Amino acid sequence: MTGHGGVVAAATGAEALSTELPVGRSTGWWGMVMFVATEATLFACLLGSYFYLRFQYGPQWPPNGIGDPELLKPLVMTAVLLPSSLPVVWAEHGIRQGQRWRLRCGLAATMVLGATFLALQATEYAEKLKHFTMTTDVYGSLFYLITGFHGLHVLVGLTMIGWLLATSLRGGSFGAHRHERVRNAAIYWHFVDLVWIAILFTIYLSPRL
Amino acid sequence: MTSSAARSAGRRRRPRALPAVASLYGLLLLAGCAGNMPSALNPGGTGAARVAGLWWLLFWISVAVFVEVMALLIWALVFRRGNARVRHGQPLRFVTIAGAGLPFVILVAVYGVGLRDLAALGEAPGPDAPAVEVTGHKWWWEVRYPGASGATANEIHIPVGERVRVRLRTDDVLHSFWVPQLMPKTDLIAGETRETWLHAERAGSYRGQCAEYCGNQHAHMAFLVVAQPRADFDTWLARLNAPARSPETDTERRGQQALVQGTCAACHAVRGTTARGRVGPDLSNVGSRWSIGAGAVPNDAGHLGGWIANSQTVKPGNAMPPQPVDAAQLPDLIAYLRSLE
Amino acid sequence: MSTTTTPSPGASREDLARLAEHWGERPSLRAWFATVDHKRIGRRYLVTAGFFFVLAGLNALVMRTQLARPEAGVVSPQEYNQLFSMHGIAMIFLFATPMLFGFGNFLVPLMIGSRDMAFPRLNAFGYWVFLFAGLFMWASLPFGAAPNNGWFAYVPLSGEQNNPGLHMDVYALGLLFLGISTTAAAINFIVTALKLRAPGMSLNRVPLFVWAIVATAFMVIFALPALNLDNAMLFLDRRFGTHFFDPAAGGNVLLWQHLFWIFGHPDVYIIVMPALGIVSAVLPAFTRRGVVGYPLIVLSIVAIAIISFGVWVHHMFATGLPQLSYSFFSAASTVITIPSGLQIFAWLATMLLGRLVIRVPLLFVIGFVVTFVLGGFTGVMFALTAFDQQVTDSYFVVAHFHYVLIGGAVFPMLAGIYYWLPKITGRMYHERLGRWAFWLVFAGMHVTFFPMHLYGLFGMPRRVYTYRSEPGWAGWNLVSTVGSYLLAVGLLLVLVGVVHAVRRGRPAPADPWDGDSLEWSTASPPEPHNFPVLPRVHSLHPMWDERTAESVGPGATSDRILSEGRHTLFTSELDAHPERAVQMPEPTLKPLVLAAALLLFFTSMLFAWYPVAAVAALTVAATIAVWLWPPRPLEQDLKVVP
Repeated sequence: MTGHGGVVAAATGAEALSTELPVGRSTGWWGMVMFVATEATLFACLLGSYFYLRFQYGPQWPPNGIGDPELLKPLVMTAVLLPSSLPVVWAEHGIRQGQRWRLRCGLAATMVLGATFLALQATEYAEKLKHFTMTTDVYGSLFYLITGFHGLHVLVGLTMIGWLLATSLRGGSFGAHRHERVRNAAIYWHFVDLVWIAILFTIYLSPRL
Repeated sequence: MTSSAARSAGRRRRPRALPAVASLYGLLLLAGCAGNMPSALNPGGTGAARVAGLWWLLFWISVAVFVEVMALLIWALVFRRGNARVRHGQPLRFVTIAGAGLPFVILVAVYGVGLRDLAALGEAPGPDAPAVEVTGHKWWWEVRYPGASGATANEIHIPVGERVRVRLRTDDVLHSFWVPQLMPKTDLIAGETRETWLHAERAGSYRGQCAEYCGNQHAHMAFLVVAQPRADFDTWLARLNAPARSPETDTERRGQQALVQGTCAACHAVRGTTARGRVGPDLSNVGSRWSIGAGAVPNDAGHLGGWIANSQTVKPGNAMPPQPVDAAQLPDLIAYLRSLE
Repeated sequence: MSTTTTPSPGASREDLARLAEHWGERPSLRAWFATVDHKRIGRRYLVTAGFFFVLAGLNALVMRTQLARPEAGVVSPQEYNQLFSMHGIAMIFLFATPMLFGFGNFLVPLMIGSRDMAFPRLNAFGYWVFLFAGLFMWASLPFGAAPNNGWFAYVPLSGEQNNPGLHMDVYALGLLFLGISTTAAAINFIVTALKLRAPGMSLNRVPLFVWAIVATAFMVIFALPALNLDNAMLFLDRRFGTHFFDPAAGGNVLLWQHLFWIFGHPDVYIIVMPALGIVSAVLPAFTRRGVVGYPLIVLSIVAIAIISFGVWVHHMFATGLPQLSYSFFSAASTVITIPSGLQIFAWLATMLLGRLVIRVPLLFVIGFVVTFVLGGFTGVMFALTAFDQQVTDSYFVVAHFHYVLIGGAVFPMLAGIYYWLPKITGRMYHERLGRWAFWLVFAGMHVTFFPMHLYGLFGMPRRVYTYRSEPGWAGWNLVSTVGSYLLAVGLLLVLVGVVHAVRRGRPAPADPWDGDSLEWSTASPPEPHNFPVLPRVHSLHPMWDERTAESVGPGATSDRILSEGRHTLFTSELDAHPERAVQMPEPTLKPLVLAAALLLFFTSMLFAWYPVAAVAALTVAATIAVWLWPPRPLEQDLKVVP
């Protein structure tokens, strides 16, 4: 090793290779960002379809005597889901300083919040299904597709968080210089979180405007 | 004519492009005027005439640009091989002007012309214009006139020289209403109504066909637009309101009996009889129509018999099941149907 | 296959031995299934896509035979409709994009001076999914259950009521399945091009082909979701009784068309753009100079990628939307031809200034220019709403897009095949055989498709399984049919040429064309590690540049040899400053297992075995969990996380 290559030579040492040096963005980060970009486009198409069908339908929306959606429960759900990003941020900052307990506690807190959200969504479905299903009319189809698809994303996000929690229980999986998976899962979770706001606006608030 | 055209088409890349272009031009003109070809280049009314004009403009611009590109290419092929000295310049100005600037100017002009033509096509006929209501079915066209009780199928009569409003609906899937010699396409959209118009400058028959893929028999969903002088049109329309022609011979009477009492009446209607089915085409003037099965076969006794006995061999997949008509009844039925004019 | 190794003076014998040990794969059945080598995966993409091309081409020959004369009975309408649908689906989804992604897979790491793609295992996974999704769709044809509603699948004809049976379920699920592969590959290309470029390859030195692939990948990222959503809604409507496309319950049939073409028009460029990139890559070697106007071409690529999302309504000019929207989309569709024109003139200028070396790849490039320009003219015509309404859905449009897709995509692909065959196989092709193939393909293409312009104008609609003799289209159709056989013979000669090269071709030197980009600095075929020394790039044409050559010569530093393990180099996104060396993943069977689990999932969804589908979904999740499980920290494998 000649040492001629400066930064790179330092980065090729055995120690450097076993950690994730904070030099530049990693491929994993870019990969996750691109994945989120394509997912966001999917949601944009989904919500765009909602508005397209709504405005093609006519003045009465939701149709067929399905009243404007109740607001209380979705607002509670928002209050549960939105803050769930904070423990993830806290956990990620913790692990960057090598504090594994923060990682574990933060992930656990997020899991609780996420699971609560899904439980609330289940009770909301239980009520709504008495009035209309996804085969009732196009409104029902849209409602259950959009909220269900988002719920699925929450479930996938929770699986990722749970998986991180499981791996973090093994000492040494993550550390001050090894936390790329945490960061990528966090990006995904923030995304799932943010999409909910768009859904809240589209499904619950826009019919009242 | 056919093979020489193909050769000229294949030869357009050659240096001797001019004769090829000229023969292509001649060919398009010739074919445009050829007999019964429903050619967009042989317009019979203002709608298609506008588009044909636009086509010739685009055609000549294309020829000019193509000649330019070929000239450059041939120049390179002839002079830039062998020992040609490689030049390392970056002629960005040439590329920008020839590749973007010039095309931009041409495109803006062409776009303007296109916009003018689009506006002309979109201009709806006045409120007093005659109207016709066309409904697409798999795979035939139901034709009704506002105020007329009767219906016909796969044949639209219009008065010459007048713009006729056409209201388009579909009963099932998407179709597209296209009469190349009269008017560009308008799709029939499920759950909605679309409008277009027809205008024919000279009397005659213009072939139209469904242009949106609509299933197994998309190939056999043609219709005819018959443009006739106003007086003839009025006569024709009046007959559409009157009961169908009554049978005159015994054969025809037996045929009518068979039709009314048999399975036919479940789906078909003949005005003035108890046959009032709405599933299939109204048969009140079937004898005078240009074809059977929306252009599937010519309308003559033989084909009619074959169609009644088993239309599935003629137009597989159509809604009409093979009919249990016994051999003795069939000639009566054919005679009766052919008498309905 | 023989390997002609040019000993790289920069790396010592020991370095080479270590590189061979870390990157080499011992031939075995397991290694065959487990490989993550981008070159092997790229070759598989090319071969598999080529196979689907042959199948789809045979479909077309049957169709042309049926249409040779009026009212022929070669196939029934049901069969014909499945044939034309599978022809379109396979050509677009299973041939064009995967073929170009195959070129991309093989070439991008070589062109940017890397040892593999950013996510090698994801790459392998993408290939397996593509293969399985392709087989999933083709397998339906022998059972008469293939998609039968065209590649565009308009509702309500594709709905359950009008189209019972599995046909359109195969379509919706097959495309959703395939979409996973396309998305994965697109992300992989973007990240590879951003992070794995050789030191010194700043953005203004990135080969045009790589630019084209990256722009394509971005279009995939933003266009494909619309198609996926469309197919998800179609499947829900068909199988679970939702009403997205059902006007009777508030749905709307035009929603399908909007979403389909929001994907569908960018998709045209997704196909053509990398092919134009091939043209830019092939030209320098055969004009002996760089392509004129590099920044203009990059600008055109980016412009096309963006504008292509604003033109979709020109596929719906006959649906009766408001005229104002038509004027807008007509303008956008007119404007999008300008960047393409710019590229054409840049290539013409290159040929006018350079010295032409007339070999088969250049012949195909010239054939491309002639054909693509003609397709471009009709493209402009379709941008004008009034004219579009007259000729859309007629044979005129069939002529148009075959000029664009055969001229704009297949000709460049064939140029690429002849150009890179020495690199891919290590063998030279037979020049005279190649010339025969070119002239037959070129003549066959024009004899087949030129008359379609005419009988389209003469009123013949497309997607008809037969036609009557009265309108007078028969003669023209016969000409097309004869042409299609000619084209088939030409393409057969291409295949013969490839087989001949592989079997009996003479061994190819590392750089038979005196090419300009980095792939020609590797052996033919390249060693598993591609580059003994990762080059330091000093110009846009590194192979014609002394300093780049020197960078792999004696005095090369070990930070660019990286022979201690299966390593390659990350560089910064814009300037390609070296950042760090990274451990690349070893061969593994997990991608195959994951793809197989997905195949099981989609198959069981097709046949409504929902419990099996649930099990398959759990298997998918479990495989991903194991795949991404963090390594023990003591192992020195810093993972590149897919």
